[in-house]
Amino acid sequence: MYHKTLPYRIFNIVNTCFLLAVALMCVIPLIHVLAVSFSAKSAADGNLVGLWPVDFSTVAYEKTIDNPVFLHSLWVAVKRTVIGTAGILVVACLAAYPLSKENAQFRGRSVYAWVFVFTMIFNGGLVPFYIVIQSLHLIDSFWVLVLPGLVNVWLIILLMNFFRGVPKELEEAALIDGAGHLGILARVYLPVSLPALATLGLFAMVWHWNSWFDGLLYLSNKQDYPLATYLQTVIVSRDMSSMSFSKQEFDLLSQKTINAAQIFIGALPVLIVYPFLQKFFVKGLVMGSVKE
Amino acid sequence: MRYLRRTWPFHLMILPALALLIVFNYIPMGGIVMAFQDYKPWLHISGSEWIGLDNFRALFEREDSLQVIWNTFLISVFKIVFNLLTPFAFAILLNEVRARFLGRTIQTLVYLPHFLSWVILGGILVEFLSSDGGFVNRVLHELFGIKPIFFLGDGNWFRFTVVVSEVWKEFGYGTIVFLAALANINPSLYEAAEMDGASRWRQTLHITIPSLVPMAIVVGTLSLGNILNAGFDQIFNLYNSLVMDKGDIIDTFVYRTAINDGQFGFATAVGLFKSVISMVLIVISYRLAYKLANYRVF
Repeated sequence: MYHKTLPYRIFNIVNTCFLLAVALMCVIPLIHVLAVSFSAKSAADGNLVGLWPVDFSTVAYEKTIDNPVFLHSLWVAVKRTVIGTAGILVVACLAAYPLSKENAQFRGRSVYAWVFVFTMIFNGGLVPFYIVIQSLHLIDSFWVLVLPGLVNVWLIILLMNFFRGVPKELEEAALIDGAGHLGILARVYLPVSLPALATLGLFAMVWHWNSWFDGLLYLSNKQDYPLATYLQTVIVSRDMSSMSFSKQEFDLLSQKTINAAQIFIGALPVLIVYPFLQKFFVKGLVMGSVKE
Repeated sequence: MRYLRRTWPFHLMILPALALLIVFNYIPMGGIVMAFQDYKPWLHISGSEWIGLDNFRALFEREDSLQVIWNTFLISVFKIVFNLLTPFAFAILLNEVRARFLGRTIQTLVYLPHFLSWVILGGILVEFLSSDGGFVNRVLHELFGIKPIFFLGDGNWFRFTVVVSEVWKEFGYGTIVFLAALANINPSLYEAAEMDGASRWRQTLHITIPSLVPMAIVVGTLSLGNILNAGFDQIFNLYNSLVMDKGDIIDTFVYRTAINDGQFGFATAVGLFKSVISMVLIVISYRLAYKLANYRVF
């Protein structure tokens, strides 16, 4: 029994400590940014903040919440995430159902499958895509954030694999009862696929919330940016034109603490759904990728 | 006719996705003809001048584009290697943690960065790694007396930082498939080894590692398709003019030549060069993964 030997016990303790240290390193930058966001200007600008706030202050959050541009981008992000996620799920369910059929039942299935998969391995590139968006008059429209992402082939494949595990007998019984395929999808497949749909929905939500490049490329008006794009321009590209300070405020506020607060608010929704996501995604990933 | 009567609901259900794919994926593919044009937006594709392979010739003659291809290759090779080895080792070590609660906690923490975007992480890292009193430089100075390191301001350090931060973000997520493979190992193998008096180290060497090799082959070969994909989001949110010579990659180069310089035809040619090579590599790697480890996506 190796578990009880002394060398293994020592190894186990050292190993566990090592892994815990590595795991902590994965979240230390987040903890640091949280600490900075709750610190006072002098401490943050003087680089005195480590992993705990120095001279606790919520002024950075107050200023952020007061910024109408920030609030509006938050609203755009919520809107695109809700509408986009719902759309992705509807399109994915409708497409995954026929694709999950046997070739004998749905000839033409493999042609469709290749049409879908080909888009995963080849694309026209940045400029041709931009021209198509332009000729569809989607530039500066909210819908440019939703429509191009509606078909997520990766999620469709995951869902297709899940649908294949649904017992055929259920479908056959419903067909004999005279149900149509749309009815079967809605009343037989969807109820048993709720955990899978929840996983896919969470993935789609995180994807939408994190998307920033489409906003940067296709929206010229900064007021229309979703939060991720706003953060990209304000924090990464350091474009301060949408922030306004009075002289007094400037003495009280530090760009560092405000940036930290905005970053943390931007990460917060992901942190909130993360525990739910984690509960599902290990199963979901394995269900889609590790098939014997 | 009979076929259509039986399957029309299927075609109808696929239609929305198919229509969207045609509009947003297949029609743009037609636009790659721009790679053979001196494209001018006001002349459109129909009116722009055809210049044959001049854009591709420029791609292989311009010093900046050759440098960019080399940067991309170098950065992505290091990313691929360490994104394979780190999860492999981490999964084996994590598998030895017997306390379930601790194991779960470690998993929760290491998966997290995968879900945060490079905008968030870029914003954090620029401050965190700053040479002017950033957290990491402060810690290094206090512990080892090291002078401030220009993680994002020096070309070589930038490459290093890009690879390390990518592995930092993704290794946890990468362990999932290896942990799944570990859970599938037949326990009787270990029991038999135990009977023969094999130490845990020998069991790891002769049972655990060989059982993970097929999965490592799959992950490794499938990542070959990324060899020209050094990570647009990450580089775009971390780079600056100081590290342009060593940190610029194909995707950021395409973006800048198109959006900032207006060289649309050339940018499309560079993008096409990347897409075609990536596609060939992906097809080869999936065939390899199927041959070597019997892996299929669908």
